[in-house]
Amino acid sequence: MRGIFTISQLTIHEALRKRVLLAALVLGLAFLILFGVAFYFMNREVIESPRGPETQAQRALVYIFLTMAGLYAVNFLMVMMAALLPVDTLSGEIRSGAIQSLVTKPLRRSEIVLGKWLGFWVILAGYLLLMGGGVLLISRVVSNITPPNIAIGLGLMMLEATLLLTLSIAGGTRLSTLANGVLVFGLFGLAFIGGWIEQIGSLFQNETARYVGVIASLIVPSESLWQLAAYNMQPSLMRDMTLTPFSPASVPSGAMVVWAIGYTLVVLVFGVWSFRTRDL
Amino acid sequence: MSNAIETRSLRKEFGEKVAVANLTLTVQRGEVFGFLGPNGAGKTTSIKMLLGLVAPTNGDGTVLDAPLGNVAARAKIGFLPEHFRFQDWLSGREFLDLHGRLYGIASSKRKTSVEKLLARVDLYDAANRKLKDYSKGMLQRIGLAAALLNEPQLVFLDEPTSGLDPLGRLIVRDVINELRAQGTAVFLNSHLLSEVEITCDRVAFVKDGRVVRETSLHETSNVIDVELIVRNASPELLRDLSQFGKHVKQLNGTIHLETETDARIPELNRWLVARGMDVYKIGAAKPSLEKMFLDVMGEDARAG
Repeated sequence: MRGIFTISQLTIHEALRKRVLLAALVLGLAFLILFGVAFYFMNREVIESPRGPETQAQRALVYIFLTMAGLYAVNFLMVMMAALLPVDTLSGEIRSGAIQSLVTKPLRRSEIVLGKWLGFWVILAGYLLLMGGGVLLISRVVSNITPPNIAIGLGLMMLEATLLLTLSIAGGTRLSTLANGVLVFGLFGLAFIGGWIEQIGSLFQNETARYVGVIASLIVPSESLWQLAAYNMQPSLMRDMTLTPFSPASVPSGAMVVWAIGYTLVVLVFGVWSFRTRDL
Repeated sequence: MSNAIETRSLRKEFGEKVAVANLTLTVQRGEVFGFLGPNGAGKTTSIKMLLGLVAPTNGDGTVLDAPLGNVAARAKIGFLPEHFRFQDWLSGREFLDLHGRLYGIASSKRKTSVEKLLARVDLYDAANRKLKDYSKGMLQRIGLAAALLNEPQLVFLDEPTSGLDPLGRLIVRDVINELRAQGTAVFLNSHLLSEVEITCDRVAFVKDGRVVRETSLHETSNVIDVELIVRNASPELLRDLSQFGKHVKQLNGTIHLETETDARIPELNRWLVARGMDVYKIGAAKPSLEKMFLDVMGEDARAG
């Protein structure tokens, strides 16, 4: 365990020193400022416009929609961070030879993989708390509205980021940085398109399209996790408005969460095995 | 006491390419062992197998009594890689502290060791500079310090003097001598044969992935290399000279042969004069490691 914590600290330290976190933080704050300003003016429009929603319930739906739009952007940024941050961590150090100075220390190779994984996980968790928490706080302050089930929603978003992080780490044990990046984004793209095919298939009651989408979600369950998160963070009335981008027509089941957790664990175990058994 | 390194028929194949064919060698505790061979002879792959970076296809071995790749044994091993790329976003001091933590050295002891080693490799004044701002020689020296942090029983130095100026080389040579005095075994891979000759107790020559010769550099002091220049040396003369010594050959107009004692040189001189030969030079020298290297590797080891 000592080795895992040392490597995870090294990973966080490296992200800090290389100003990766600073860049993410500055851009994240810029996004939150933009979101806050937009939310403020939209709120004024909702309250003052004679054509705006009349009842409190209607207004709440608009606020939740805006909040979900913010969380959707946060989810996208999380996905980018999860895939990009670790894409070079193993493949780059293997290529440069820097990994030799770690592997020849009294550490198990599994501790190096798990340490890096943990370090990036902590960074992503912090980023989600900052960005997701920021969006929710702005929503609360400006409109006095908080979406339901935010713990479940943010938890599912974190699971999605964890899954992509794990894919990126595992891919880096065997692939070059470029190939690893192409693989992780390719898989994310597959899940994204598959998710939309499933939703469209459900809307138009086309079973074939729905099955294609489900299979894509089984191959990479990332998009399903976002859809389930979005479903949970909306009031029941809004969930029924299936035409909004955040109200899935086909709601992923709880089994998909179990699948995603199992999937992540299997990919992590594969990554450890792959790194342990390769020549360096 | 057991040996620092023992290998039996280690072999490594990468696909169809055989990088190391059959590596059987022994390195004793406390000795400085030179591992020599031309490029592509399998030296780096051999070191990687000994360090557990590469798994052998066949054969086995022990390092400090533990099987190859044993994690616990690495706490007693130091390693300076040839093409090292360290965490260059760290300062020299932070880098050594990190590697001390990776070795599991306690905080107080780590601090003392880091300061001592920074001074030892003459980097105390540059300790707070980032490694990315270090010259190649400075990186080599900080790498050497990192390899010594854990007070190792065995140190692998892969081309430790490459990129070093004469003062840097002197530091490396002194460090190796100190390690020998402390009873630490040193496994040295270097192309600088003059450095190897000065520092090593014993060397192994590797060719095509096998150890083709092992020799103690102290033992070779009994061999005398006789150099001879005469007018019109014929093939018959070269053949007849073999009565005075072994490995007779002519290189660039100079005849070389090995004898066991310099007492044969006056006798050889009289013999040549009696044959009516004009002798321009006759002399004796200890055979250099470079000559030994060329003898073992053959003339095809010469570039060009």
